[in-house]
Amino acid sequence: MSSLWEYANPRKFMSTSTTLLPWVSAIAGLCLVVGLVWGFFFTPDDFRQGSTVKIIYLHVPAAIMAINAWLMMLVASLVWVIRRHHVSALAAKAAAPVGMIFTLIALYTGAVWGQPMWGSWWEWDPRLTSFLILFLFYLGYIALWEAVDNPDSAADLTSVLCLVGSVFAIISRYALLFWNQGLHQGASLSLDAEENVADVFWYPLLICIAGFGFLFLALVLYRTQTEIRARRVKALIAQERMT
Amino acid sequence: MIGLLLRDLNLAVRAGGGFGLGLAFFLIFASLVPFGVGPETGVLRVIAPGILWLGALFACLLSLDRIFQLDWEDGSLDLLATSPLPLEGVAAIKALAHWITTGLPLVALAPVLGLLLNLPGPAFVWLVGSLAVGTPALSAIGTFGAALTVGIKRGGLLLSLLVLPLYVPTLIFGALTVARGAAGVDAMTPLAMLAGITLATLATLPFAAAAALRVNLR
Amino acid sequence: MQLVVENLACARGAAQILSGVVFSVAAGDALILRGPNGAGKTTLLRTLAGLTPPLEGHIRTAPEAIAYAGHADGLKASLTVAENLSFWARVFGADDISDAVDAFDLNDFLDRKAGELSAGQKRRLSLARLLVTRRPVWCLDEPTVSLDTANVARFAAAVQAHLAGGGSAVIATHIDLGLPGARTLDITPFVAKRIRADDPFGDEAFR
Repeated sequence: MSSLWEYANPRKFMSTSTTLLPWVSAIAGLCLVVGLVWGFFFTPDDFRQGSTVKIIYLHVPAAIMAINAWLMMLVASLVWVIRRHHVSALAAKAAAPVGMIFTLIALYTGAVWGQPMWGSWWEWDPRLTSFLILFLFYLGYIALWEAVDNPDSAADLTSVLCLVGSVFAIISRYALLFWNQGLHQGASLSLDAEENVADVFWYPLLICIAGFGFLFLALVLYRTQTEIRARRVKALIAQERMT
Repeated sequence: MIGLLLRDLNLAVRAGGGFGLGLAFFLIFASLVPFGVGPETGVLRVIAPGILWLGALFACLLSLDRIFQLDWEDGSLDLLATSPLPLEGVAAIKALAHWITTGLPLVALAPVLGLLLNLPGPAFVWLVGSLAVGTPALSAIGTFGAALTVGIKRGGLLLSLLVLPLYVPTLIFGALTVARGAAGVDAMTPLAMLAGITLATLATLPFAAAAALRVNLR
Repeated sequence: MQLVVENLACARGAAQILSGVVFSVAAGDALILRGPNGAGKTTLLRTLAGLTPPLEGHIRTAPEAIAYAGHADGLKASLTVAENLSFWARVFGADDISDAVDAFDLNDFLDRKAGELSAGQKRRLSLARLLVTRRPVWCLDEPTVSLDTANVARFAAAVQAHLAGGGSAVIATHIDLGLPGARTLDITPFVAKRIRADDPFGDEAFR
């Protein structure tokens, strides 16, 4: 009987991911090239924002994946806590730096976009600020993985941090909405792409989002393979030392 | 449980540092602010709520790594884990002891520092109220962070990195309560939110802290 | 109260240290654990105490019956001897520390700070804690470190009294405690150092 949990076996995961990786990478590359070229060169300028609007093809997919990477880590952490599958814990570990870089891309492109739009590189808009906090969460999560020597303990502790952190991230999100409205009445610097995106912008954006999604998948698969190999090396060294 | 609380309070008083350190830090922090931003009372009046809350937050942070580290080093934590006390209870008591030795004195000192920073008159009640309601959350969250990092050598810096992002909602609602109180508008809503966060953290985080302790002890 | 251990496998961190550990200690009996340094005596005792979960096997004794004393004394330097003991007595639901004080002859420095004691005196205070736990099964890791001959005898007498009262003890030690009737268990045959069986990275090779 075949089940999803078979892939929790490192050997099974390694062989399957090795088969999948070229395909996933190719789809990611294709989507990104098509989506970005279409978006950058074959869409009209926005009547209000000019060509600067085209940064959404990097900004929006990066932002979406930044949140989804954390969600994936949350699910992987839960799987580790409940079913003790090592690959799951390592996948969460592998996803964190990728998610952090996506968060950084979202913040950077947001700043570059915000400069001509709002006249400043940084606004304490609730949405921007929540990404800054998400970045800090990634930082702490990665630092905790690095600080704990025993890999199983590190997986346990980071899982607990991920669970607690997720709840606090959500509370922070709503606290920030409250906070900004509280101090700046009427300030509505919304970055919500959907409310002002027409179809001509929408299709290439969808392709870019898919591209970033596959890019994330490919990077996580690569990095999980690396983590598994690192654990294997660690196990071999330990075996060598004990016999 | 009460025995553990009394022992921790006793230790905090006797070891010197524990009890007064956070308080002294709070005082120095608040007195340094005018040197940084200038002595204009108009400016200080505006930033006082935020500065006082930040000062309280950092003062709490300062003593977090002592919560479990000393017990870990001298072996008491092993013995507590094998004792009839549930680890969840130990974590809750540790948080309570931290609050009594750090949070509660801050609440008492805050009005004096409010005077130094020209906090508007009506805001004093809200300052004391928000600190009294909010600092238990700081202790509970900090205890969780301390439990995560107890096995790590020189984990103090990591502890701050883990705990500070978790402090964001508490800080927002706490400072907002005081700022709204100072502006004379409704401050009850953020205070209620703050109370909600405090109650939720007190109810749940001791369990997370105990889970982290068990991992670190094995 | 008897301690029964069945087919126990213990791990320290990522490594399995012991496997197939089998023994039982009846009420009134003491078991001396022997084995070279690093064999896994501490790991076994921490597993018995319930601090480290066993990889395999069972400990057929409730954790509430086991009192553990490790290498560290678990004392607070700024509290007095009496305060240290009373604290643990209170945690374990006892209120009388006088028998523990008498057993380890701590009467002379009840009001001294634990931090001012010598290493041997600290050790005595730490061992006195066992009596206030009122728990029947003692799991002791090198209890006689820093004790002089007279105090080793005092400790042995305390163990004797504990056994006579229906208790039992598992003691990892290198010296002869002079306990009549104590059995000795060499854990060397149980040493099985390898990657934990539940570690999927230790099994057959993969690319």
